[in-house]
This record gives sequence, structure tokens and C-alpha cells, in this order.
Amino acid sequence: MAEGLTLDSVAVRQGGDMLVQLDAHIAPGEVLTVMGPSGSGKSTLLAFLTGNLAPAFQATGRVVLAGRDITHLPTHERRIGILFQDDLLFPHLSVAGNLGFGMRPGGSDRRARIDAALEEVGLAGFGPRDPATLSGGQRARVALMRTLLAQPSALLLDEPFSRLDAARRATTRDMVFASARRHDLPVVMVTHDAEDAKSAGGRTITLGD
Amino acid sequence: MLRVLPALTVLAMLGPVAAGLMGAVLPAMGHLPAAGFQGPSIVAVERLLAWPGLSAACRLSVTTGLLATFMSLLIVTLIVAGWSGTRAFAWLERLLSPLLSVPHAAAAFGLAFLIAPSGWLARIAAPLAGWERPPDLLIVGDPWGLSMTAGLIAKEVPFLLLMTLAALPQSQAGPSMEVARSLGYGRVAGWLKAVFPRVYAQIRLPVYVVLAYSMSVVDVALILGPTTPGTLSVQIVRWMGAPDLGMRMVAAAAALLQFALVIGALAFWRLGEWAVTRLGRRWAEGGGRGAAEPVLRGAGLTLAGISAGVVLLGLVGLAMWSFAGPWRYPDLTPDALTLRSWSRHFPGLRDAARDTFVVAGVAAIIALALTVGCLEAEHRARRPPSRAATWLLYLPLLVPQTAFLPGLQSFLLSLGADVGRVPVIGAHLVFVLPYVFLSLGDPWRAWDPRYATVAAALGATPGRALLRVRLPMLLRPVLTAAAVGVAVSVGQYLPTLLIGGGRVATLTTEAVALASGGDRRAIGVFSLAQTGAALFPFALAVALPALIFRNRRGLHG
Repeated sequence: MAEGLTLDSVAVRQGGDMLVQLDAHIAPGEVLTVMGPSGSGKSTLLAFLTGNLAPAFQATGRVVLAGRDITHLPTHERRIGILFQDDLLFPHLSVAGNLGFGMRPGGSDRRARIDAALEEVGLAGFGPRDPATLSGGQRARVALMRTLLAQPSALLLDEPFSRLDAARRATTRDMVFASARRHDLPVVMVTHDAEDAKSAGGRTITLGD
Repeated sequence: MLRVLPALTVLAMLGPVAAGLMGAVLPAMGHLPAAGFQGPSIVAVERLLAWPGLSAACRLSVTTGLLATFMSLLIVTLIVAGWSGTRAFAWLERLLSPLLSVPHAAAAFGLAFLIAPSGWLARIAAPLAGWERPPDLLIVGDPWGLSMTAGLIAKEVPFLLLMTLAALPQSQAGPSMEVARSLGYGRVAGWLKAVFPRVYAQIRLPVYVVLAYSMSVVDVALILGPTTPGTLSVQIVRWMGAPDLGMRMVAAAAALLQFALVIGALAFWRLGEWAVTRLGRRWAEGGGRGAAEPVLRGAGLTLAGISAGVVLLGLVGLAMWSFAGPWRYPDLTPDALTLRSWSRHFPGLRDAARDTFVVAGVAAIIALALTVGCLEAEHRARRPPSRAATWLLYLPLLVPQTAFLPGLQSFLLSLGADVGRVPVIGAHLVFVLPYVFLSLGDPWRAWDPRYATVAAALGATPGRALLRVRLPMLLRPVLTAAAVGVAVSVGQYLPTLLIGGGRVATLTTEAVALASGGDRRAIGVFSLAQTGAALFPFALAVALPALIFRNRRGLHG
């Protein structure tokens, strides 16, 4: 199974307590939804997958992404993109600057790729704008394109739609899932919204039961 | 690399303090080969005990220190208890915050110009009292050290106020006050009973710093303090400067005595805390609603207003004298304003400003680099800051300057190290580092770490995330911390004097050196320049980010 994201006997403990135990393979374009009440270890799992686990936790098992064992790699070498419930656009950079931040350096078509990415999400011409002047939905779309332009091999979603109002929520959600499918990305989504899980259309795992 | 920075930082802060204290022990035991004394002997202690001013000097150190600390804490407590959240409080806060960075010496000179027999207050009273020449009163330099205490209070109130304001959110002051007021308590009684204990637990170390500082301050004592005898710290500096090298042994013995006095006073204060806790608990549980509310609120506002007004008026007075032509008693203003004093002192001012900014700039940059390194190491290790780390930051501020700087000078001389700018920068760093760290620590730790995760997930190395995301986003607090560092360095008197060996002359050493001469125009020029040097970086810290990020609304919090 060289394609996709494999969580091979992953277990995270704190002291002697087992917090998360997971064995799964997520194929390209597939979404694995992880649900559970707060404190059930959802964010611990995400921290483990991004390589940000605090020293108080002990993890075992392997994470294999596109045939590469990334279990012990630092975050910036894992090629895992992440979207949080806040867009977390860098406030000191323009919209285009945010998009450029994640792209590989060099290449004569940088500018064109940024413009194309903005056009793809209906934000043509927004490049020079200050991110603080955009609406919540627009910012969420910029954050999505920023992640995709970095060409990740997998996508993590940490309650990514919970700050959006009902109308924006559905369209943003569809856009994110469609993009992930188009880019053939395995997706792990953490949420406590059943609606999110349903529209993701993949398997659902519930933690903390 | 990053991992050694915390150790290096501790070494830079505590190394000189430890070396200085140890450097005082041998001479204090009568061992100073440079002066022809082979110890151990009790000759230094004997000479110290034989000094007739000793008991008065010790008493002054203790009384002025305790009184200044108690009054500053009282004023800050009353003003915050009685007025926080009101418009008057917002005004006072805006007034007091910039005063924090006014150097002690400048504030002391300003106060002296106000309250001296020929100062502004006496000139205002002159027509009423019928004084045709300055009344013969010993106000500045009174034998009880009261004007000196007043000068210290005026400078410590802004410091403790800022520390208290920073402690309020973590103490859940707002919700507690709502509960207390709904139970029928007034502002003052409610705040004292429900909020003060938690706030005090957080400002305890700053209060200890104020006590240690006030007991051993030298520049303020030289300007406002009594002379016959002076405080113990002033006497230590005199002995250090005496032509007879043997007096350095006496200075070393006195330095250790000064250290012991501060430890004793801190222990006494701690005992007081314990007593207040017991009495306060009984008072809080007793349910009394406190009847003196209007009096206490009035007193708080008045005292805080006086404390701010004295420093501001003092600065106006300094400015007035620096531009004054002929100015006769009891006229309220000079006959004419002129630039003559400024142009006369310009060469000296220029040289002193150069030394000031070289030392302050280098010290602030080193302090900032070490601080950012420590905070980043803490962030990458994903470890929360420990209580021990906080104590370490305050430790160099709790050891009186006069206790370790004489020994540090002897230590450096015994190593054959040359006096001059480099050791002065090292000595300044002892004080600059903790304040830079305290200034940057909270905003640094309050930064959302998910930005770092996002940057890393986008492929940025930790170094790139630091340089391209975190530092730009935190530009304003970083520059403010640098400005704090410069202001602290600019204000240093004793480290420059003792470690510089007279070869480093800053605006502060030049200004304080004028204290005994009484040339008010020169004092006005140098004190004002000193104040400007301390305040100017703060203006930059506000203006630069506003300019650089003028099109970035998300950074104008």
C-alpha cells in the first residue's frame, strides 16, 4: 500500500493511560472522520500526526505517507497540510504573500499559479489585499489554497468549519472535500459536528467510547 | 546552539552577581594584597565599625527602603482598588505608563527643583509667606531621608502599577469584583478582600525588587538624600573612590553588610505579609463592608495624582532651567529663554550621548537575542515556563547593586581585565536582561502556536518560521522590549561608574556628577537629555511597526 496515509498500530499514552488507539489506512481522496467529545484525544492525535506532540505524551506505532515512514520526521518535512478552525492567515503578509509562503522557491510561474489559485476559489484580483480586510468565508478559502499550493501529500482538518456561519459552512465544506479529491489527498478530519461527518462521506471513528 | 542559550542567559545575569559577592568576601576579611594587606584579619570590619556614621547610615537604608516600598504599594493598591475601570483611572494609567521609563536620576532632580527652598513650590508660596529670599530650610537632603523617599515613591508607583495591571487578568479581578459588589461591598473593600490576595501573590517579586532597590539606591540618594551621614550605599561608593586603597576593604565589608540588611528587611517584610494575611483573613471573613470608602478612594486618587504630577512638573522644571536665561528669586519663570546652556554643554552632551547609546544599544541587542533564544528554545521543547525560571529572572534585581558591584570591580581588576565599555556592557546586561525578558515573555508566550504548526506544515523550517512569521508578527512587542532594555541601560548609574572606572561617561553619570555643584542649567540640560535618551526608543517602538505594517489591519490590536 504505497499510496495514501497509513496509521499502523498508532497508540498515544499519557503516563499509563491510553488516550488514542488507531489502525487505519486512508486511500487518496478518501476522508477519515474522527469524532468524540472534547478531551477524548482528538487534538492529541492531530498533534501526533503533525509531529507536535508535547513531551508529556508517549506514542508508539508508525505513520506512513505515500510509502514514506514519516513517524519521526519534523513537521516541516512531513508534507502534511493542516487547516484549523481559524484560518490563521499570517497577518503581516498580503493574500498573495500568504499563498507564496508555502510554495517551493523559484519557478517563473509562481505569480501565475497564485493568480490561478485565487481564481479557482472566486477571489481573482485579491492578491495584494490585506487578509484582515477579507470576510470569514474568503479567508477560509485563502487558507485552503495556501495549504494546497504547498503540494502536501495528505490533509488534516481540525474542526475546520466550526467558525463559519451556516450558509458559508456548506459551500466551504464542499469546496474543501472537492479539492482534496481532485488532488488525490487522503484526509483526516477531526470534528464534533455530525453534519461534517455525513458530508465527508467516508468512514467515521469515534474516540473516547 | 539554541539549547545552550538558556544556560548562557543565566550566566550573563547571575555570573557577575556571584563573582561580585565572592569578590567582596576576601577584602572584607582583610585580604587585599594590592593595598598591602594579607588576611585573614578583622581590620576591615574594625574600620567599618569605627566609622561614626554607621548606625545612622544603616537606619536610613532600612527606614527609607521600607517606607518607600510600603507607600508605593499602598498608593498603587488604593488607586487600583478604588478606581480601576473608571475614566479617571484610564487617564492616570496613560499618564503614569511613560513615567516608568523616566530615569531615576532625572525624576529625582525634577523633584529637587520643585521642593528646594528656591524651587517652584517655594516661589509660589513666596508672596504669601513674604519670603524675599529662599527660606533657610533643609528640605532636599533632610536628615530623615524623606525627600529621597518621596523621589523613590514617585518612580516606583508607575512600576508597581504596571506590574499590578499585568496581574489583574490572571487574578480574575473582574468576575471576583462582580461577585463582591453584588454582595453589597464597595469598590475598595471588595477589591481588598476579594482580589488583592491573588494580585499580591503575583506582584510579590516586583515588590521585593522595589524594597531591595530602594534600600540601596545611590543616584537618587546623592541627589535627594542626606549627606551627614549619607546612606550606607552612598558611603560604600565614597570608600570605593577613596585614594587610600585600604578603604576598599571597608567598602567590601560594608557591601556585605548592605546585602545582609536587604536580606533582613526582606525577611521582615515577609513576616509582615504573614501578619497581614492573618489579620486580613479575619477581616474578610468578618463580613464588614468597610465604611471609609470615599476617604480611601479620595486618598488613592490624590496620592497617585501627586506622584504623577511631581515627576511631570519636575521634568517641566528641568526643561525650564535648561532654557533659562537670568531667573531671579522669587520669579515663577525666567526673564528670558535661551539656547545658551544647550550650546555651551553641547560637546559634553554629544560625547556622553555616544557612550550612552553604544552601551545601551549593545546591551539591549544582546539581551534581546538571548531572550528570543530562550523563549524559542522553550517553545520548541514544548515546555511551559517554570516557577524557578521566574525566580531566576528576579534574582539579579534582588541583590543590591552596592553589594556586588564593588566586589565585581575588584574581581575584574584581579583578573587584569581592563575597565571600559565592554565590562560596563556586561554589568548593564545583569539588569537589562531581566527587564527585556519580563517585557517580551508574556506577548511571546501569548502568540498562537498554531501559526508555527501552519508554517511548518507549509514546509517552513523552525528557523524560517521564527524569522518570517513569529518575529514579524511580534515586531511591536520585540521593539518595545528593546526599548525597555535601552531605557534600563540609560538609567544605570552605579555599574557605569564602578565598572567603567571613570572612562565611560554616560548622560546619567554626567548628570549625577553635577548634583553636588548646583549648576541648575547644566543639570537641566543633562537630565533632560537623559530622559530623552530613555524615551526616544519607545517612540520608535510605536512608530516603526505602525509604518511598516500601515496596510495590515490585523496587526493593529
